Amino acid sequence: MANLVKKFTSSSLALPLVALAVLLLFNAFFVDDFFKIQIMDNGNLYGRPIDILYRASSLIILALGMTFVIATGGIDISVGAVVAISSATCCVLLGGDIAGIPRHPFFVAIICSLLMGILAGIWNGTLVAKFKIQAMVATLILMTAGRGIAQLMTDGQIITVYYKPFAYIGGNIPGVMLPTAMLIALAMIILVIFLDKKTSIGLMIQAVGINANAARYSGIKVTAVLFAVYIFSGFCAGTAGLIEGSLIRAADANNAGLNMEMDAILAVTLGGTLMVGGRYYIGGTIIGAITIQTLTTTMYAVGVSSDRLPAVKAIVILLIIVIQSEKFKQMYRDYKFRHQQKAVAGAGEA
Amino acid sequence: MRRFLSNLVSSQNFPFYVTAVLFVLLFSMGAVAFEGFFSPQVFLNLFIDNAPLIIVTVGITFTIISGFGGIDLSVGAVVALSCMTLAVLMRDTTLSPYVCMAIVLCIGTVVGLLNGFLITIFRLQPFIVTLGTMFLCRGLTAILSRDSVPIDNALYSDLAFVSLEIGGCFISLGALIALCMVVIATIILRYTSFGRGVYAIGGNEQSARLMGLKVDSIRIRVYVISGFCASLGGITYSWIMLSGYTMHGLGMEMDAIASSVIGGTQLMGGVGFMPGTLLGVMIQGTILTIISFQGTLSAWWTKIVVGVLLCLFIVMQALVTSHKSKLMNLKAEGSIPENKK
Repeated sequence: MANLVKKFTSSSLALPLVALAVLLLFNAFFVDDFFKIQIMDNGNLYGRPIDILYRASSLIILALGMTFVIATGGIDISVGAVVAISSATCCVLLGGDIAGIPRHPFFVAIICSLLMGILAGIWNGTLVAKFKIQAMVATLILMTAGRGIAQLMTDGQIITVYYKPFAYIGGNIPGVMLPTAMLIALAMIILVIFLDKKTSIGLMIQAVGINANAARYSGIKVTAVLFAVYIFSGFCAGTAGLIEGSLIRAADANNAGLNMEMDAILAVTLGGTLMVGGRYYIGGTIIGAITIQTLTTTMYAVGVSSDRLPAVKAIVILLIIVIQSEKFKQMYRDYKFRHQQKAVAGAGEA
Repeated sequence: MRRFLSNLVSSQNFPFYVTAVLFVLLFSMGAVAFEGFFSPQVFLNLFIDNAPLIIVTVGITFTIISGFGGIDLSVGAVVALSCMTLAVLMRDTTLSPYVCMAIVLCIGTVVGLLNGFLITIFRLQPFIVTLGTMFLCRGLTAILSRDSVPIDNALYSDLAFVSLEIGGCFISLGALIALCMVVIATIILRYTSFGRGVYAIGGNEQSARLMGLKVDSIRIRVYVISGFCASLGGITYSWIMLSGYTMHGLGMEMDAIASSVIGGTQLMGGVGFMPGTLLGVMIQGTILTIISFQGTLSAWWTKIVVGVLLCLFIVMQALVTSHKSKLMNLKAEGSIPENKK
């Protein structure tokens, strides 16, 4: 048993899991009917746990792409802007016709949105992999210009889409119990786990993150790996953009995906992946994203307003990253060591 | 000619020259295209309108030069917190505006100290730490008040409208402070041992440590300076806005980083020139002025143009760096002689 506890506390998933457990425990005591899940009249599942997973879906998708990027030692701060571009593309292609007649077929709009995400990824990948520009600076360009581009597409207006099936992505497909966003997130998770476990791409990403030069000498195509990672992140952002756009059934270039890049980076860090690259934890990322969303939902439930929420979030984040840091672990070990020595000395005197 | 170009490109201030040329080009473009653009007041307005951004960028440049992924994302939130604190203090207490400003400067310094402390003691990534303090400050701003709080202290409003006449034109107090900050920061970075230390730890932390520099102490001071500058920027921002609001200074950190990069600071650390930073802000300001003179283009064109400029500068820096290292290799091989002075 003690062995099991030790194994758990030393695993990378321990901290995010404990954080999530604490939050859920808090909810169990202070929020009424937190764990109650019921089936609504239209056959949809409803309840706070479902709601959390539903709201966390686009964050999970973004964070999955971000995990790989961070594992290579990079960062992609443009994803929020790409979300705005992708949702703008979809809405512009569908058009704001009041009668709900789409200007272009739905699947064309979806594919174009995803392509815009991939295009953004290619742009970032070219700068980082080909031109060897620092990831943060390279993606800063698209972060600055991205919302401008989205505004350019929508002509600075909020386009509301009345085409019914568009709402299915962010809501429910009639007759399916779970929200579509959750299913998309699940599909992405399965895809990522498949790539991670069944192909060698995960190993290559880690090798690049730990030491790009060594990876190159051992025959890994570093440029191709970096390129792939940014394209995947762009694709994830494109998918999240579809969900975000569909949630409000409109293209809001100013607010779609605002600060989502920060939440995604936080989710990855909470999950135990280090910003310097190398080892990454897909499971940790997913739990990290769910933890962030649970925190948000909990705070709303106890009556903290959305603009005050960041203060609470910040304290939790700062605490967690301090506890995760190597230095803190070392301090803790030193403390324990001294404590033990004292005990030994005490026993010796007796 | 080739030799001259090669030397120019590899000279330390090359990015600064490019920024300066670009600024002159942009400004003369505006002057040619629009009547009334080429006036001293339009030029001075660049300083007046961008005073907060200039001050904030000075601080952020320090953190970027100091290396170790140095960055301060909390500045925009500190600006908002400063404005809100000023507004609330002046509404609810009878403290003199000067005392309120002193309190605000202390708050900024404390936030900077917290950043520096977490980054150096626990060796955490500056990006994540300052992201955390950014959320903290935004949240605290909203806790003070969710609604916009006007500043109607008579003495304080008078201070906001203090201006200096220069030959028929005027310049505001905020702009003067901003210019002073740039001058002071340039002197500190170039001529004090602390300033040289900032470059040293940004260039190569290991070597700096081995040389006996107190790396941690320098880095903490860098973040304190950034926090102080952010709150000072907040005070000048409140002179423009005369209110406190949670959305003040939103995205200012990214504008500041972009200005700094356009001004020739390298995000790797160790390279940067303060007057270039000033020009970086002025270029953004000139683009905005041109767009407002033009009248039909909307403000988001600024974002796109700034993005394009950012891209140009970053690619240029990458090319310059590779040119320099090529030159260094050639020198090491002895195929070109050392420059004779």
